[in-house]
Amino acid sequence: MAAPVTERQYQGKVHEHSRRLMSVWMDELGRAEAEHQATGALMISGNCVELLRACHILPMFPEVTALQNAIRHKSLPLILKAEQAGYSSDNCAYVKADIGLFLEGGMGPGKPIPFPTITVCNYVGCNVYVKWFEHLADVSGSKLFMLDVPFGRTAEPTPADVQYVVGQLKELIALCESVSGKKFDIDELREILAHAARAEEGYSRCKHLTKRHPAPFDSYFDSINMMGPINVLRGTPEAAEFFDVAVAEFEGLVAQGLGPLSEERFRTVIEGPPPYPFYKSFRNLFSKWGAVAVQSTYSTVGGIWEWGFRHDPRRPLESIAEQMLTENLTNRSIVARYGQIKRYVEEWEADALVIHSIKSCRLFSAGQGDMRDYFTKQLGVPTLMVESDLEDPRYYAEAQIKNRIDAFFESLEHKKVVAAAH
Amino acid sequence: MNADRIIEQCRELVTQPLSAVAERWQAAHPGGRTVAVYPVWAPAEVIHAAGMLPLALLGGGTSVELTHADARFQSFVCSIAKSSLELGFQGLVKGVDGFVYSNICDVARNLSSIYARNFPDVFVEYLHLPQNSTSPGVAGYAAAEFRRLADGFARTWGLQVTPTALAKSIEVYNLLRARIRALYALRIAEPQKLSTSELYVILRAATVVPPEQSTAWLDTLLAELPAREARPRDRLRVVIEGAFCEQPPLGLLEVLEEAGCYVVEDDLMLGWRWFTSDVATDGDPFERLGAAYVNQAVPSSTRHEGREHRSAGLIEKVRRSRADAVVFMPAKFCEPALFDYVLMKQGLERAGIPHLLVEFEEKMWTFERTRNEIETFVESMLFD
Repeated sequence: MAAPVTERQYQGKVHEHSRRLMSVWMDELGRAEAEHQATGALMISGNCVELLRACHILPMFPEVTALQNAIRHKSLPLILKAEQAGYSSDNCAYVKADIGLFLEGGMGPGKPIPFPTITVCNYVGCNVYVKWFEHLADVSGSKLFMLDVPFGRTAEPTPADVQYVVGQLKELIALCESVSGKKFDIDELREILAHAARAEEGYSRCKHLTKRHPAPFDSYFDSINMMGPINVLRGTPEAAEFFDVAVAEFEGLVAQGLGPLSEERFRTVIEGPPPYPFYKSFRNLFSKWGAVAVQSTYSTVGGIWEWGFRHDPRRPLESIAEQMLTENLTNRSIVARYGQIKRYVEEWEADALVIHSIKSCRLFSAGQGDMRDYFTKQLGVPTLMVESDLEDPRYYAEAQIKNRIDAFFESLEHKKVVAAAH
Repeated sequence: MNADRIIEQCRELVTQPLSAVAERWQAAHPGGRTVAVYPVWAPAEVIHAAGMLPLALLGGGTSVELTHADARFQSFVCSIAKSSLELGFQGLVKGVDGFVYSNICDVARNLSSIYARNFPDVFVEYLHLPQNSTSPGVAGYAAAEFRRLADGFARTWGLQVTPTALAKSIEVYNLLRARIRALYALRIAEPQKLSTSELYVILRAATVVPPEQSTAWLDTLLAELPAREARPRDRLRVVIEGAFCEQPPLGLLEVLEEAGCYVVEDDLMLGWRWFTSDVATDGDPFERLGAAYVNQAVPSSTRHEGREHRSAGLIEKVRRSRADAVVFMPAKFCEPALFDYVLMKQGLERAGIPHLLVEFEEKMWTFERTRNEIETFVESMLFD
């Protein structure tokens, strides 16, 4: 019988470094109102955080607030509060947790989470974003700017698509100037984009390191430490430096042949967001089997950097538009995502695909049965699908999920034994 | 054909699978093609101008048992997405050459590419309809999107959409929409003369016949219905809101009326009556359609309107139709309708307009509980 798999005692800097940077940002948000600092709400997916930064608008992300409440087991009362106010049990729980926070009095004047001065809906694929920000603007009384980004429905964005987005970015700049009272400087944006490109390069290098055997970190569960800096803090020198540290740490682990577990028995690709209220328990269900995610789609919601796209300071607005149009998971079709996952399975040498299907986010999940059909029947990739939610703990049935995960890896192990015997 | 006979024929037409409609059209028009539009709206004018028959793809209703699509879409996904895919698996849309989807919701977007993957031999196009309603570039962008649809027809089938043909099709659909508006006005004025279940089947049947034919029906209906013998009853005048995509069962609409309501406004079958006034008839026709999309579209949960509060369009409908209350009727799992319900109900409450929430599913077949809820609501209003 194989030795039990244990988690390696973590001694790196990435986790703490990320936590520190995010805390600084959260503290800034907490002081924004008192310091008369204009704030702008944005969505994570394919965002234009660099532009807000160049306009001296402090970015805030309702999704981050929602996931933080979920991971701290604080989401359910907020969700229930929103449902009492009329939100359906079938609505996205991220939105409900955010609106619930407002209804509970945890957001707004004098609170750690201020009302945004402007609400910038970067409509990048997700239709719930439109609703969420309509509701956020309604409760906060902030000006709503709807940044309409055409969905990826052609092989490449057309020049008209890019110009359409650039035109709206220019309008957004004018709005930001009126809010902040500061003149926009294109050279400042170029400088910010250079920092962004450096962070993107670092994130990409980290993700390519998981091609190694063993992978130095779990590209699903550990990527969360990098998703804050890459999606929220992108464009700051601190985020760029963070990835220098991360690359060095992971390269060190590769050199030592260390991964996150005592043994890497299975390499998986994980599709879908994690169940934040049960993050650690969910991870444990895979760890005990020696399963490490070598790639994940969730880590690309903000941007797909591993295929080489970088913001270009020479074409500032155009490259922001291009990133919003094509270089993020959410503005691409679910079938385009099959291609992304296929590449992960092949190039990262994964043994299996795990689909974590969540009720809240239909953008991610609607049709994942078809995805499973494609990978199992057409590609012959062993695929497991489990269902719960990223925010609402009521949808997480641990015993049922454990049974499915155990059965799946038992079967994979059996296949390995049989293959080795031949 | 008189009004009653037209309504009877419409009732019969809406029970037929899309394949029967498409094949009948193709038999009468050898080499002709049909393109179906998933809710809520796509420019049928562009399909018509290419010489094709525009159809509405409205799911399988109660007629189709899910045997394949349930494995593709999860239990928490709305029924119309699953049953529309199932229609493809079961060959019930055979003869439909193309499908047009748009960004009405996350499920519809995913369905579009999954449909294309599973049925590679049919034309599938996905339109990005602008959600920004105020930027100067939006109308031009929408026009470019409609041109892209036309280019797809040319590339796939060699069918050209000329400016002249599109201008003509816009006029044809302007005529149809004007008559639909007149029918709605008649129902507001004298709801006893045209029930909502009748109006619904008329509009739904209009989505499976050429617009010239449905316009002729409507001319007859508009000529005859005002003379219909019908005594006004003491009923609650209500607006239905939220049933813009998945289709409520006809039985549910009948129950609503039997339980004591006159439905005087609704958001049923929006796609064939999308514009609130005629699309302009001079200038580039694609540009005119783009401008109309931005400035003349009906209020819809699937379109962001930055110039007014989410509840404003609904309140205007209530006022214009002299309604007493709103019946929210979202399909189960329909996120756009369920999200809008909150802002809309808050708006109604500020305006002092009563409302009731009744969820449905296209496969729903018993209505007694709903009847009870509606009767209670009606009684509480009428005897208050």
